[in-house]
Amino acid sequence: MKPLLKIEDLKMHFPVKGGVFLRAMGACKAVDGVSLTVNEGETVGLVGESGCGKSTLAKATARLLDPTAGRIEFEGTDITHLRRRELNPVRREMQMIFQDPAESLNPRHSVRDIVEEPLVIQKRGSRAERGKRVAELLEKVGLSESAGNRYPFEFSGGQRQRIGIARALALNPKLILCDEPVSALDVSVQSQVLNLLMELQEDFGLAYLFIAHDLAVVKHVSDRVAIMYLGKIVELAGADEIYENPKHAYTKALISAIPVADPSLDRDRRLLEGDVPSPIDPPQGCAFGHRMGHPKWEASVGMDLALREVSPGHWVQPCPCCTDES
Amino acid sequence: MSEDSRQLLEVTDLSSSFDTEAGELVAVDDVDFKVDRGRTLGIVGESGCGKSVSALSLIRLLPQPMGKVRSGEVWFDGRDLQKVDRDEMHEIRGNDISMIFQEPMTALNPVHTIGRQLTEAIHLHQDVSPEEALEQAIEMLKRVRIPAPEIRVGEYPHQLSGGMRQRVMIAMALINRPKLLIADEPTTALDVTVQAQILALIDELQQEMGMAVILITHDLGVIAENCDDVVVMYGGRVVEWTSTRELFANPLHAYTKGLLRSIPRLDRERKTKLPTIPGNVPSLQEMPSGCRFSTRSEVEHDDESIRTRPDFKEVSPGHWVETCPYCYEG
Repeated sequence: MKPLLKIEDLKMHFPVKGGVFLRAMGACKAVDGVSLTVNEGETVGLVGESGCGKSTLAKATARLLDPTAGRIEFEGTDITHLRRRELNPVRREMQMIFQDPAESLNPRHSVRDIVEEPLVIQKRGSRAERGKRVAELLEKVGLSESAGNRYPFEFSGGQRQRIGIARALALNPKLILCDEPVSALDVSVQSQVLNLLMELQEDFGLAYLFIAHDLAVVKHVSDRVAIMYLGKIVELAGADEIYENPKHAYTKALISAIPVADPSLDRDRRLLEGDVPSPIDPPQGCAFGHRMGHPKWEASVGMDLALREVSPGHWVQPCPCCTDES
Repeated sequence: MSEDSRQLLEVTDLSSSFDTEAGELVAVDDVDFKVDRGRTLGIVGESGCGKSVSALSLIRLLPQPMGKVRSGEVWFDGRDLQKVDRDEMHEIRGNDISMIFQEPMTALNPVHTIGRQLTEAIHLHQDVSPEEALEQAIEMLKRVRIPAPEIRVGEYPHQLSGGMRQRVMIAMALINRPKLLIADEPTTALDVTVQAQILALIDELQQEMGMAVILITHDLGVIAENCDDVVVMYGGRVVEWTSTRELFANPLHAYTKGLLRSIPRLDRERKTKLPTIPGNVPSLQEMPSGCRFSTRSEVEHDDESIRTRPDFKEVSPGHWVETCPYCYEG
């Protein structure tokens, strides 16, 4: 497998200003040293609770934000510091789908204009050729050609997400960053959109970085899954492996918190205490061990917490408080 | 206990509508259900199915002046809530029946402290001194496990996290020990780990106080783990009503079956095609008058079943279903 996207030790810090003169008081470490690879044609799921930095990671990867440190490599080229114009060819290959299609589609543009826009920006084909391509794309995502004349508000949530997908596909990208693409949809519509995404992957050999908080959804569509907690990845493994054999205490807690649609199961729940802590001045060492008040947490302060491979393809943060492996 | 004394709430033929530019839209259409004392009833369905409107109708909180209850009876603890006067309804709301909502930030007043909002609820229904009220408020915050409640009472909602705010909402709803708590998607805006905490908390307080709960959600997992009985709604109507165990073991209506099939499960083989329900939920204007699910069913319906409303029948003890000949095999 060829690596398509390689993120190395990426950091995205935001200054927190306060006081009378709005001086920088500290930093919000939204993404704090993440390394992740997405191979061609592969789906990597990224799971974590709100505020863990998963959306920020996607935005920094698409270079909608300028990373504080680290390196992003796409198809072998370093894109970390490319300027706007230099990013144009990269954006052809890397597109994004957002959670709320109602907010990410311009309400004043017809569906045709929305789907055509990337082609116009990248100066692709004549007007007639673009029209043909738009019709083709709409059909591909399961909308009728006449949908092109209508406006986003005329569609339901699921259909709007299809429009967002058509727009992302317009330039034949190799990678689509999906930020919570089905979280706003009803169950019966959610599975339609997931099926569409899987179908398109098969047809076009797309790779996805699939961000969601719903583990069951992520497991279903992903080849590998990364679990993120407070700006860091704490565990990364094959999708089946991570559910069958979770190593990090946070992964275990997340899996145990999912409600299962089977009333005959009497489950042994481990309830987590407390909320996800703020990424502003996060605790030192293992953040999850700190939240749990684990007696061995102190030992993780100052340790090198880079992921370690515990079995082929299964990587875990080697802190003494959350894993038995170290 | 006789059947009557066990029963806390009985809703019969409840219909509600909204006046809109497009005319009168019926959002809840002849809905029936019951809740026994101390039990949990789940109402499940997709957005726009009428689950929240049903709840708002029964406590007479429909947005005014557009919303109105057209017909039906709501018997709560020996009184018909549709008949009692406004003052009596005020007395019942917050005292006998409380409600919590999906987004606590919009339900809490941002310019008042947590303590002031909690004591307001106490003063409305109890004759106590301000000091006593504050003491009760702190005690209640302790019970919903808010750390340092003595400090939190002096804080404002924006100073709390989402999970903490939902705890404050629960504290406020339960402070007068209601007989019925209506929770409308109480955990939808929260993370899974916090959702698990909040649901466990509601469950624990229910055991302690013996109240009944109506839990409105779109998540069948939440239903399976927290409810005794379930009402499945589609297009403003109840299509199925039975115990949770029975519903999951033996779903009878095509919509229920479709919903249960389409949830992604951890034990399903990865990257396989998920079963779906075709199409989208039609808008209220486009709903057929007969079987509402006919526009999305895989089985083609005849004109008769699209036009005429199917009967809602008890087909086996305690298992009610809408008996459209194409959606239910009797």
